Amino acid sequence: MNAPRSTSALLYLSGVTVSFDGFKALNNLSLLVEPGEMRAIIGPNGAGKTTMMDVITGKTRPDEGEVVFDGKADLTKLDEADIATLGIGRKFQKPTVFENHTVRDNLLLALAGLRSWYKLLGAAPTQVENRRLDEILSIIRLEAQQHMLGARLSHGQKQWLEIGMLLAQNPKLLLVDEPVAGMTDVETETTAHVLREVNKNHSVVVVEHDMSFVRALGVKVTVLHEGSMLAEGSLDQVSADPRVVEVYLGR
Amino acid sequence: MMTRFLWNGMSRNVRLFVLLVLAIGIALPLLNQLMPRTSAFYVPSYILQLIGKYLCYASLALAVDLVWGFCGILSLGHAAFFALGGYCMGMYLMRQIGTRGVYGNPLLPDFMVFLNYPELPWFWHGIRYFWFAGPMIIIVPSVLALALGWFAFRSRVTGVYLSIITQAMTYALQLAFFRNDMGLGGNNGLTDYKDILGFSVQADSTRGVLCFASALALALFLVISAAVVSSRFGKALTAVRDAESRMRFLGYRVEGYKLFVFVLSAAMAGIAGALYVPQVGIINPSEFAPGNSIEAVLWVAVGGRGTLVGPVVGAFIVNWAKTYLTGALPEVWLFALGALFILVTLFLPKGVVGLWEQLKPRKVRPA
Repeated sequence: MNAPRSTSALLYLSGVTVSFDGFKALNNLSLLVEPGEMRAIIGPNGAGKTTMMDVITGKTRPDEGEVVFDGKADLTKLDEADIATLGIGRKFQKPTVFENHTVRDNLLLALAGLRSWYKLLGAAPTQVENRRLDEILSIIRLEAQQHMLGARLSHGQKQWLEIGMLLAQNPKLLLVDEPVAGMTDVETETTAHVLREVNKNHSVVVVEHDMSFVRALGVKVTVLHEGSMLAEGSLDQVSADPRVVEVYLGR
Repeated sequence: MMTRFLWNGMSRNVRLFVLLVLAIGIALPLLNQLMPRTSAFYVPSYILQLIGKYLCYASLALAVDLVWGFCGILSLGHAAFFALGGYCMGMYLMRQIGTRGVYGNPLLPDFMVFLNYPELPWFWHGIRYFWFAGPMIIIVPSVLALALGWFAFRSRVTGVYLSIITQAMTYALQLAFFRNDMGLGGNNGLTDYKDILGFSVQADSTRGVLCFASALALALFLVISAAVVSSRFGKALTAVRDAESRMRFLGYRVEGYKLFVFVLSAAMAGIAGALYVPQVGIINPSEFAPGNSIEAVLWVAVGGRGTLVGPVVGAFIVNWAKTYLTGALPEVWLFALGALFILVTLFLPKGVVGLWEQLKPRKVRPA
């Protein structure tokens, strides 16, 4: 096994292949994300977007290829908890907030810091932690709902809470899976605003179907198709690419 | 620090309930001892024994609730921890018999003489001292829970698969304890106890103290459980129950959380079993029967899963019904038990305590 290549990129994927019973969900995929960058990933259904997220967060082990974070950590050897602690946060396609916990407790659970069970037994939130929670609540615009149970939030509010939980984790890289699926236009706009706010201090990878949302983000776009990268560039460049038009409209 | 942790963990309802449990544990033995037999307030000894038994079942139910209600681990083998604690106590009690056994052997319990044991098996040494037996009551179930939990939780065995493993564990233990070679009395188990800590197990005063001890243990378990689940650890624990993989992606090692409550719960079950054995006067392999563990889950479901108080209430309701029906209409009991399970699942998803919460006039709380 070769030592991971040193790279200036925050996230470095090279030749990643994942197959499930012979079906190649990812096929020799390579991707570079620079520190501070926000990147949008698009692609038709089954292009491998979610599998790629699974590989980066340690849920799925690749059959081949390198996955390097921050120039040194080999993500193919670590588990979810290790990777989360390294500084990669993930927002799921379906909002998964803790429904039986209040909004504030959701954020408290996500807050960077205490993770081991024996330290949490006697711990109360500190002043620093409480201030940070207030700060995040104002960024995601859920101050008024902070004592409401997660289950009682609207779909859009749950998505923002998830983004807030990512912020609380304070990761170097945020992976955001379809944040605006099922949102109203106003909510979509607010989400784009929240993500740009987040991008000021964090690198972000967004997977999304909604083209108007990707346009509103105004960032570099990577198009995936059948587990490989098909095109990369600004949204206008890639939408002019005949191969991209082919996979989106050709069938 | 520790007392504040324990005290603050309890809601007002739990505090009142703990006081109620303690009041029962103090009042019944006192009424049994102080009232004349003709008095309307006299508590007969069999009631004392019955309530003492129920209190132990309630502790077992609470232990099941701690793992099932708050961590989502549906253990169908919790009676094994109860029985192991019981066997430790049984071994201690056997060694107190001394020369008063049928064969009068000062060293070997009756069943060993009967089975021609040349000497005391190695694991019977030391258990005659309570300072040794006491810790073993906690250690033996805990170590089993630690080993089982370590492998199961690390391999991410969850849901129904975990339930099947726990069920298989208790069944395997039952088969093992049935064997005479096991050196634990085989089929007949351990019985014919005489003394506990120098007091006769038959005496009403001893029964009273055991009933009180069972109430005290239950009260203590309620306080500890309430403190654990309402702490920041408890928030993480219920989050593991509701969305385990989400917690992993947040950077939590959920195995540690599960293992801690599983072992804590097993220790509680073990202590409950140890208090149970001197009150019923026998421990045998039938205590490991898979049905016993399932019944304990039923007590929790009837009372209200994830409510702490509910399982205690459930254990009392179901066991009182069992005592009554197996006496009055023995052939009906199993049907009643089945019907109860169906009715509770259909109509009382949050159990009796949940029903109480629904019926209570809702107080308007500021958001």
